[in-house]
Amino acid sequence: MKKNSSEAVQYTSAKLKRLVMDIITHIFLTVLAIIWIAPVVWVIITSFRGEKGDFIDRIIPNSFTINNYKKLFTDTGTLNFPRMFMNTLIISVIVCLISSFFVLSVAFCMSRLRFKTRRTFMNICMILGLFPGFMSMVAVYFILKALGLTEGGLIKVALILVYSGGSGMGFYIAKGFFDTIPKSLDEAACIDGATKFQVFTKVIIPLSKPIIVYTVLTAFMGPWLDFIFAKVICLTNIKEYTVAIGLWNMLEKEYVYQWFNSFCAGAVLISIPISIIFILMQKFYQDGMSGAVKG
Amino acid sequence: MKKKKKALNAPSEFSKDYTVSKALAKGDIFTKLSFLIMGLGNIVRKQFIKGLLFLAVEIGFIYFMVTYGISNISMLPSLGGREAGYVLDPTGQFMTYVEGDDSKLVLLYGVVSIVICIAFFLFWRETVKSAYMAQVLRKKGKHVNNFFEDIKDLFNSNLHKLLLALPITGVVAFTILPLIYMISMAFTNYTKIGGHLQLFNWVGLDNFFDVVSLKGDIGKQFWAVAGWTIVWAILATFLNYILGMLLAIIINRKGTRLKGMWRFLFILSIAIPQFVSLLIIRTMLGPNGPVNNAILSEPVPFFTNATYARITVIVVNLWVGIPYTMLQVTGILQNIPADLYEAARVDGANAITTFFKITLPYMLFVTGPYLVSTFTGNVNNFNVIYLLTGGDPRPVGSTAGKTDLLVTWLFKLTINEQRYNVGAVIGIMTFIVLSIVSIITYRNTNAYKDEEGFQ
Repeated sequence: MKKNSSEAVQYTSAKLKRLVMDIITHIFLTVLAIIWIAPVVWVIITSFRGEKGDFIDRIIPNSFTINNYKKLFTDTGTLNFPRMFMNTLIISVIVCLISSFFVLSVAFCMSRLRFKTRRTFMNICMILGLFPGFMSMVAVYFILKALGLTEGGLIKVALILVYSGGSGMGFYIAKGFFDTIPKSLDEAACIDGATKFQVFTKVIIPLSKPIIVYTVLTAFMGPWLDFIFAKVICLTNIKEYTVAIGLWNMLEKEYVYQWFNSFCAGAVLISIPISIIFILMQKFYQDGMSGAVKG
Repeated sequence: MKKKKKALNAPSEFSKDYTVSKALAKGDIFTKLSFLIMGLGNIVRKQFIKGLLFLAVEIGFIYFMVTYGISNISMLPSLGGREAGYVLDPTGQFMTYVEGDDSKLVLLYGVVSIVICIAFFLFWRETVKSAYMAQVLRKKGKHVNNFFEDIKDLFNSNLHKLLLALPITGVVAFTILPLIYMISMAFTNYTKIGGHLQLFNWVGLDNFFDVVSLKGDIGKQFWAVAGWTIVWAILATFLNYILGMLLAIIINRKGTRLKGMWRFLFILSIAIPQFVSLLIIRTMLGPNGPVNNAILSEPVPFFTNATYARITVIVVNLWVGIPYTMLQVTGILQNIPADLYEAARVDGANAITTFFKITLPYMLFVTGPYLVSTFTGNVNNFNVIYLLTGGDPRPVGSTAGKTDLLVTWLFKLTINEQRYNVGAVIGIMTFIVLSIVSIITYRNTNAYKDEEGFQ
């Protein structure tokens, strides 16, 4: 193709402008990315910090050590990190099973079955979601106390009940996914003599892998992330602490001097699996949002 | 309007042949007796196991009411009045210690008993319907299900009953019951002030007047906190939304290389548990932290000066929120028809005009409901405030700090100050504001009106 000279000049100036824009964009993104990543990098560096205490006057510490990690697993006198880890793991596995079951069944009922109280149920869930979650916390505590679940090992049961009890209300995302599965599949199965329960287990569930993974991972993460319910229910029962309250406590006045670096170490250890789960979850969430049956 | 809605809510597919009123009008003697003796109608029609189960539930309920229920409910109006202390025993010789009433337990047991009564009433309605249904089917000479067929039905036409039973029990026990309990506390004088932690009474709407009035101590704090909550929620929602969208647009630009890497870096910051990242930022910006002692030459009162603290929480919330928005809107942005941009470019629109005239309106149209739920989430954003500032800085003598939101203040009032009644009132106020905002918007979105549009 032939171009005359003025067009060529225009062409190069546009190209130059684009290049300048590209460079500005990349510098801008780099600056932003540094701001966003800085806390992450800093906590990783600090988890290997050799000096004690929580007064930090240099970003790169003078000396590095791995003792902060060792302390987490060996110094089990006051704050027993391995036990906290096990507590949280046990709770989250059970919660994960119960709430996944709750969420998927409610979502299936709301999406696939038609019965009189369906709309009522959905409206009630929406209204309940508008109350501040912490409002009922004290009441939940009194109820658990009346049931005798706020002492000793039973605290685990209490926490499991708290985390999974109301989980049935979080059905919206799974319902939205089930809604995208064509109803003709159900009808075909029914004609072949399947009961509605079989439609659920043999048709809907196998088609819903992304949203099931998403639901399971969300439910599993809950107990690792919550510290406020756990704190109110555990109070001073230090044996039953979950990881989140444990880490929070390491920054309290009485512990912070001894435990600050180990807090960073613990934060790194917890964040690695949780971040991986989160990123996986996003992938499955996006797969889920793009619908079940791809055209 | 109302009629139309009813017709929408109850399509003809739900049989209305078996209702309590019809059972009363057309039922035979056994059906009518089933009003009193649950399950009788079923037993007469040879549904023995079902009938006996109904009867067992009724007996259990009566036993509960006689032993606990009636006394629990009868104590509700007074909330108990016996004080703990030593009393002369009947023989007049010894002083014995009598445990007094604990009003919070009286209230709890009362509320639980009422909830059980309501649940029983709903169950009772079902049994009456079931008895009437058995009668009608028998009269018509149709087949009456036996127990095993009923069980089978639970997996087919009644599957919703089977699947929803446990989740609904959970919601009632751990969400609805505590809420009723807490709401009723708003009408009592259950507070540490004046020593009402053991015994308290109903006080009607007094607490609401205290909170709303501008004269009292609590009232002044309430309006200050409510004002900041609204400012916070609006700033947090819209700044996050617009800046997050801009970030997504910049990453999606044609010229940007390594799109995946940029996205990953931003997502990484929110993949870390929020309580961890917020505690880290609190340490970094705190008086002992590296920002004040290693980077800045002069310390900045990030958390101790009211204005600085407010700006800090909003900025840190941007750090938390922008990647979330980016994640949410990336897919939708790519769906905006390219010819819209093409047309704008031909007409000579620059990037800013394009953003405000095309991108933003389109996004607002699609993500309206998302924006509402973010707004609700920000009003109830406990983590960011509690973990960063704890609501501080706090003026001397007051319970609410300068960065406290209604939720964090509610938390302090109940957990630290033990002023349960005021806490409950604040919760109810928050709910009222949020429900007005949400009802107006949800009712006007297509997602709500046209639920089955895609099926």
